[in-house]
Amino acid sequence: MTSLHLAVALDGAGWHPAAWRAPDARPAELFTAGYWADLVTEAERGLLDFVTIEDELALQTASLHLPDQRTDQVRGRLDAVLLAARLAPLTSRIGLVPTANVTHTEPFHISTGIATLDHASHGRAGWRPQIASRAADAAHFGRRATPQLTSEDVQDSTLIAARLLELFGEASDVVETVRRLWDSWEDDAEIRDAATGRFIDRDKLHHIDFEGDRFRVRGPSITPRSPQGQPVVTSLAHAVTPYEFAARSVDVVYITPHTHDEVVTVTAQVQEAQRTVGRTGAPLKVFADLVVLLDDEPGAAAGRTARLDELAGTPLTSDARIYTGSAAGLADLLLDWRDAGLDGFRLRPGALPHDLRGITRRLVPELQRRGAFRTAYTATTLRGHLGLSRPASRYAVPR
Amino acid sequence: MKQIHLAAQLPGIHNTTVWSDPRSESQIDVESFIKLARTAERGKFDFFFLAEGLRLREHKGRVHDLDVVGRPEGLTVLSALAGVTTRLGLAATVNATFNEPYEVARRLATLDHLSEGRAAWNVVTSFDAFTGENFRRGGFLAEADRYTRAAEFLATARELWDSWGAGDVLADRAAGEFIRPAAGEFTHQGQHFDISGRFSTPRGPQGHPVVIQAGESEEGREFAAAEADVIFSKYDDLDQARAFYRDVKRRLAAYGRAPGDLLIIPSATYVLGDTEEEAAERAAAITRAQVGPRTALTFVEAVWGHDLSGYDPDGPLPDIEPAPDNLVLKGHSTFRKDRAATARRWRGIADERKLSIRELVIEVTGRQTFVGTPRTVADAIDTFVRTDGADGFVLVPHLTPGLDDFVDSVVPLLQEKGVFRADYTGTTLRDHLGLAPRTGAPRTEKEAS
Repeated sequence: MTSLHLAVALDGAGWHPAAWRAPDARPAELFTAGYWADLVTEAERGLLDFVTIEDELALQTASLHLPDQRTDQVRGRLDAVLLAARLAPLTSRIGLVPTANVTHTEPFHISTGIATLDHASHGRAGWRPQIASRAADAAHFGRRATPQLTSEDVQDSTLIAARLLELFGEASDVVETVRRLWDSWEDDAEIRDAATGRFIDRDKLHHIDFEGDRFRVRGPSITPRSPQGQPVVTSLAHAVTPYEFAARSVDVVYITPHTHDEVVTVTAQVQEAQRTVGRTGAPLKVFADLVVLLDDEPGAAAGRTARLDELAGTPLTSDARIYTGSAAGLADLLLDWRDAGLDGFRLRPGALPHDLRGITRRLVPELQRRGAFRTAYTATTLRGHLGLSRPASRYAVPR
Repeated sequence: MKQIHLAAQLPGIHNTTVWSDPRSESQIDVESFIKLARTAERGKFDFFFLAEGLRLREHKGRVHDLDVVGRPEGLTVLSALAGVTTRLGLAATVNATFNEPYEVARRLATLDHLSEGRAAWNVVTSFDAFTGENFRRGGFLAEADRYTRAAEFLATARELWDSWGAGDVLADRAAGEFIRPAAGEFTHQGQHFDISGRFSTPRGPQGHPVVIQAGESEEGREFAAAEADVIFSKYDDLDQARAFYRDVKRRLAAYGRAPGDLLIIPSATYVLGDTEEEAAERAAAITRAQVGPRTALTFVEAVWGHDLSGYDPDGPLPDIEPAPDNLVLKGHSTFRKDRAATARRWRGIADERKLSIRELVIEVTGRQTFVGTPRTVADAIDTFVRTDGADGFVLVPHLTPGLDDFVDSVVPLLQEKGVFRADYTGTTLRDHLGLAPRTGAPRTEKEAS
């Protein structure tokens, strides 16, 4: 039986909007390193493949397409790449996958930031490229306008994708540029040849000369090729356009099916997207996202969710399936869905740290008992955890 | 007694890093950064400083291969260092040309949170299309505009930092209020930036991270006097340094600031020996390692604007007239401006002292700031600071990561003299530098209006 992969999505006090009001929440500490260090070391204790760290270039909002004025939910974030780097020396195995924006951020800065995270973590860096889907975000930069989603659009992920098609195209260009920059130094470019006085072999440094419809970037990077060569790129997708973006550009895609049947349908769509774009190399790893609230006592998770719903004033909703119940029940669900064609799961804890501990201390041992999850890390890099080989630089020619 | 401020810089990409020395470690492995940061913190230094690179230097159209090349992204590596240090300030150079205020302000506020108040930003500018080729924006900025953009960039970043008040994160469970209404709201309209919305990162422990500026020009001095907390000057000649110091400190009053509100901290190199002679010999050997034959030729080519590969580095300067408009070495700021005048000056020195190409380049680029025994170096540093040549120094070792010798032998002597702290007395970088918290335009003002 193949082992499944497990990641956890960290954000604020958890994915329930009222999670910060839970008794064991630490809402006053969300902007301290100590809070995040406790979470990520807990995730590493659970032998998870990686954590993702959410981010965006705007204040959070309850509405998908418009800013809001709410004060009753967590608002405010730290830069995810820097936060991941802060956690790198405190951990040794777990992958660190921050979100970084591709609509407003320079590809050169992303490439050096993520490569630096890979150096700082000795090969555990990933990246979730994210488009800025809210037009209001563009006003934070004042350089361009981006499409405004309508209230009708946001009812349907296909309409969203259609409205944002141009941004997905640009996102592919940004990821391609970043990946070329990661390859722009061959692994052995630094030679320190005292005899000739050369520090580097400049034949092993390459201009990338990316030229797309929207921008061009010359290269090479200033940052030498990092331990993984190519850090792991991941994306969240809900429709064919983002599936095709994922098929073209990333290594791991997160999907949001709600049933076993939807797992079958969506994974088929992802396979189709890979054929459509002519993906070569390793096939996409497909993870399902799930919001989880875990308690072993019968009814406890549902009761906790109801109490949080009451504080929030509205029942929890999500793009992803919401699971409330025992770790054993969740293990049943994960294994059932895995058999429908998934490589792994990205679990979004409803409330932190409670539901993260449910994952690491209940779910993981349960999966281990069933032979479906590792009992020790067998690799040191994120690519290693995921069974991805380390690619050679595309510019390296056999010499 | 006037106290000395000390900072450490990881040797960057320049030829001053003696990579050929087997003791020189990696300039990219995070362990080098951790080692130097820990050494600096052991020495009770004010801060650790990283320069920035956005384009690799090119010589005759190809990546220059003689110097140390390759470095990490500054703020990212400093965030990692925040996890392995507790007091040391963490300063990154971040360009105000190929970035936007919203992102830079949130990244610096983030570092300030993650380090509990130890972040600093060295504001620099760029204008050249050569660097711009690595960015979506390209070489969009005229040289004349780079200071106006930088000044407005910094002003905008300060507005963003001030868009959250110190108490705006309430996290009040019982009341169900996480933030105060309107926290983070901002509007900025100016020549370079016309932006508005909500800033996403709450106010950091220092309010505003420490702002560092470099630049000796008239407008650079004025900008620093108005805005900066620290200025990196380049003067290591005591007379010139004192004139600069007097001039800059004099300008502060016009902005309602006291002389102690802006610290002048030039970068400095050092070479230590058990005796003066040993130190001098070491210094000469280091300089020869820094300026190898090919490096010497490259520098003369950069100034002369000609391919001089046929010339002997140990022979005299070429007879030919310089072609200073011809850019042979790209991305090297030292050899960018006034190359005709530089060529005349270099020829004058070489002719007068009968120097070979390599000897000349060593003479004009290779000087060490402090050379001597730990005792004489400590005395020299103390004298420099006590007589108002500077408020302290950024020490740049010639090996990566380096600095152990300085911390082990010179720092105790400075402490003995009572001119350098025996231990940290505060927790933030502003504490170390003796700077008041920067409040900027407080929210109360905004609310009142």
